Amino acid sequence: MDDKYKNEFGWFADRPQVEKKLYDGKYIFVGLIIFLALVIVPLAPNLGKTVPPPQRQLDTPVIKKLAEKDRQCIMPTDWMRANHMQMLVDWRDNVVRTNEKGAPNGREFVTPDGKKYLASLTNTCLDCHSNKAQFCDQCHNYVAVAPTCWGCHLETGKKLAEAK
Amino acid sequence: MGMDRREFIRIAGLSTLLGFGGKGAFELLRPGQVEASLQAEPGAQAVTRWAMVVNMQKLDEATAGKCIAACHRVHNVPDFNTPKDPKDALPPEVINRYNIKWLWTDPFHNAFPGEEHPNMPDKVEHMLFLLLCNHCDNPPCVRVCPTKATFRREDGIVNMDMHRCIGCRFCMAGCPFGARSFNWRNPRPFVKEDYPGYPTREIGVVEKCTFCAERLAQNLPPACVEASGGALTFGNLNEEKSQVRATLKKYFTIRRKVHLGTNPQVYYIV
Repeated sequence: MDDKYKNEFGWFADRPQVEKKLYDGKYIFVGLIIFLALVIVPLAPNLGKTVPPPQRQLDTPVIKKLAEKDRQCIMPTDWMRANHMQMLVDWRDNVVRTNEKGAPNGREFVTPDGKKYLASLTNTCLDCHSNKAQFCDQCHNYVAVAPTCWGCHLETGKKLAEAK
Repeated sequence: MGMDRREFIRIAGLSTLLGFGGKGAFELLRPGQVEASLQAEPGAQAVTRWAMVVNMQKLDEATAGKCIAACHRVHNVPDFNTPKDPKDALPPEVINRYNIKWLWTDPFHNAFPGEEHPNMPDKVEHMLFLLLCNHCDNPPCVRVCPTKATFRREDGIVNMDMHRCIGCRFCMAGCPFGARSFNWRNPRPFVKEDYPGYPTREIGVVEKCTFCAERLAQNLPPACVEASGGALTFGNLNEEKSQVRATLKKYFTIRRKVHLGTNPQVYYIV
């Protein structure tokens, strides 16, 4: 009898054998229904609806001034759409950790075709895309992400554009 | 046949008593490793080793104030003591604790504790020394940082990655110079005038002097050096003809709390 409650280490009793049946079934099911209702109610009104993608106005005075053939980002637009977050994180680490042992150095970003840019969100990106509210926030709000960049970094580009 | 808990604890306890646990075991298996891990890595002589000399003979209080203002302006350092809105005024018991300082002044007995004695020249005793992060060769703040947010660059600058700081304040406990400050409140509303070239900080991170790493990257001298009118000398210790080397050769200098072994790299001419 005693052996039944010991495992191979000798300390832990196995779970006592009890009859397998559902106790308090009605409370459980009522509770489950209330739970599901609470989860579904806020989602139900949006069911089947599509939220239109944001209409962004990406033209800024700086971009308008550029000649047609120069109107391109430092990397192809599709690549930027997919990878800008990773690129910004890499820039951040490279710039902040410049000269750390074993760290990649640099405030410089070199594109595959050899053009050099200053790796800086507020200086390089916002130089052209000086409309942060349109360029960053619209999409980020649409996909419900909240990058923490602007807790510390200042929107200088936007301010400069407003001053103009 | 298993081992029960009592047995395990007994064996572990006995072996610790006999010296097979802890440091003893390390010494047996990897002799010298424990000590080695506590010491700074010896490395090839770096090309650059930034250092600063503060010439207290030239630096009066007005100039020191100018240096501090210049530093705090270009780094968006908040000033909690004179808030724009009187409602934000701090109770007196926390004013010191909340204060954010990259560059500040203190009298001799605070700057060089243990070096003062009753018969010092009055001038030195009441002199306000310009203090900042010493960018130590063997920085305790770097050793204690659990996220490696604080790191030592190869050119000697002890820099911070604010993105990684979790605000544990181990570095503040580790730093014997009080060079680090913690943002107990959101600093942005307390920045006098937003300086566009540098970010602000967020609540809950530690900040300190960076020897103006961002200005050095543009070949500019640190902001305080620029504002000091020659009282501060900044340069590369590993370059034989640099101005700091010449100054250090010419004058006798002291450093703060050398006996602690952090090898500070801010030198004072008294």
